[in-house]
Amino acid sequence: MSQSPLLEVEGLNVSFPGRGGLTRAVRNVSFSLGRERLGIVGESGSGKSTTGRALLGLIPRPGIVTANRMQFAGQNLMAMQDAEWQALRGRRISMVMQDPKYSLNPVLKIGHQIQETYLLHYRGAAEDARKRALAMLEAVKIRDPDFVYHLYPHQLSGGMGQRVMIAMMLIAEPDLLIADEPTSALDVTVQNQVLRILDDLVTDRGMGLIFISHNLTIVSSFCDRVLVMYGGKIVEECMANELHKARHPYTQALIKAAPSLEHKTSELSVVVRDPEWLA
Amino acid sequence: MIEVSNLSVTFRNGRRPIHAVRDVSFEVADGETFGIVGESGSGKSTILKAVAGLVESEAPSLKISGLSVGSKRSKADRRLMQYVFQDPYGSLHPRQTVDDMLREPLLIHGVQEIATKVNEALSDVGLLPQHRYRYPHQLSGGQRQRVAIARALILKPRILLLDEPTSALDVSIQAEILNLISRLRRSYQLTSILVSHDLGVVAHLCNRIAIMQNGKLVELLEVESLRRGNAKESYTQELIAASRGFTRAPA
Repeated sequence: MSQSPLLEVEGLNVSFPGRGGLTRAVRNVSFSLGRERLGIVGESGSGKSTTGRALLGLIPRPGIVTANRMQFAGQNLMAMQDAEWQALRGRRISMVMQDPKYSLNPVLKIGHQIQETYLLHYRGAAEDARKRALAMLEAVKIRDPDFVYHLYPHQLSGGMGQRVMIAMMLIAEPDLLIADEPTSALDVTVQNQVLRILDDLVTDRGMGLIFISHNLTIVSSFCDRVLVMYGGKIVEECMANELHKARHPYTQALIKAAPSLEHKTSELSVVVRDPEWLA
Repeated sequence: MIEVSNLSVTFRNGRRPIHAVRDVSFEVADGETFGIVGESGSGKSTILKAVAGLVESEAPSLKISGLSVGSKRSKADRRLMQYVFQDPYGSLHPRQTVDDMLREPLLIHGVQEIATKVNEALSDVGLLPQHRYRYPHQLSGGQRQRVAIARALILKPRILLLDEPTSALDVSIQAEILNLISRLRRSYQLTSILVSHDLGVVAHLCNRIAIMQNGKLVELLEVESLRRGNAKESYTQELIAASRGFTRAPA
């Protein structure tokens, strides 16, 4: 499916007015996304999550979003009214957040929370919603869906909670999933299981995936393409398996700063920041 | 230097006992950095807390420099080992300045020349004199972790216990803190135990590494065999494979 890209962003800027003037969180970001796995890496404060939120129209006031073009499946996102956003969010574009502990409603049962999305977008019968929710729990490889359906969030482990959140996002069958650090709170072995589920969804359903992470190892092994962000700008764009050949000094420094399991180094190299990078 | 033999820690949740650490034994030589890795809930932090005397363990199981240490610690015992916690946002008092926090251990232990010691500690961890009267919210994550390290080292302990000291930090800041820790352990001649879930970090700093699962010590490895992936236990191999990055399910 390589006709027109699913998402096209051109010249996206997000800034927040404050006492010291405008803080430019995202600067002149352009990229396009097909039905593939696109990774966005960067350190905290580099604007990667803000970019993800801007795509869903979730930048809170008084934040200012401007873009030359922001188009999703033929729709112009910049001209959308609140009601149109409501129809898009969850149904066509979904977002999975980092920490299931804070993102699930603690007083509602898992099954109820998953159904809610379905009922909101499809207005189906309650019985259908229940069946769909159970099917989704099965799709994210939860061993005993009937049992988990009746649990509360605090009764789940971290990995299970994250899978429940993915199930919740998938019940409406979105075309684009934005996953904001979906595995950062998880143990390495569980991480792999969650990534495999996301991987199957991209291959089987032809979904587009934006995978936001600070972990270079995961992004380079999991995604197809990678954007590296620094100070709100995209400083490098490359194929994920060629990340080790990165040309930008920031990307190179970031790769070298991580202690490696394979090679012994007596001293880790430190990222020396060049103000030129933001020019 | 540190001898842990048959350490077990059990917590009670109502009537149900939870065996957080079961029958763990290891030794840490003088000047060595010993690593403990494992997933969340494997009991790695609990071992560290038991060594520090912050949780009750089934004694007698701990010897330091050949002397048995009980559950009651004397002031001298406490001074011997200091702790650096995971979260630099949570481990510093939000209403105390850096100066207050560095002074406190000195006051408790009745050390003289407080002002010069505080200044020395700050410059040792790479902070500037102007950071001395700042509050934690005025510092970045990396600077806060430096303050926590300065606070741990200001009493010149012989043992440093590090509980995930860099997992809340970005890679670039992590590199700075790891370099700082390896420099300081040389100049202070520290014996340390480092707990982490990141195999790369542990391999970088430690000579020997214990792998934990469900409260049990699964395997004890030299750093070279960890790098080469020469692990005997299947769990260790799984852990090493997982930290090398994502792998698709075998078709």
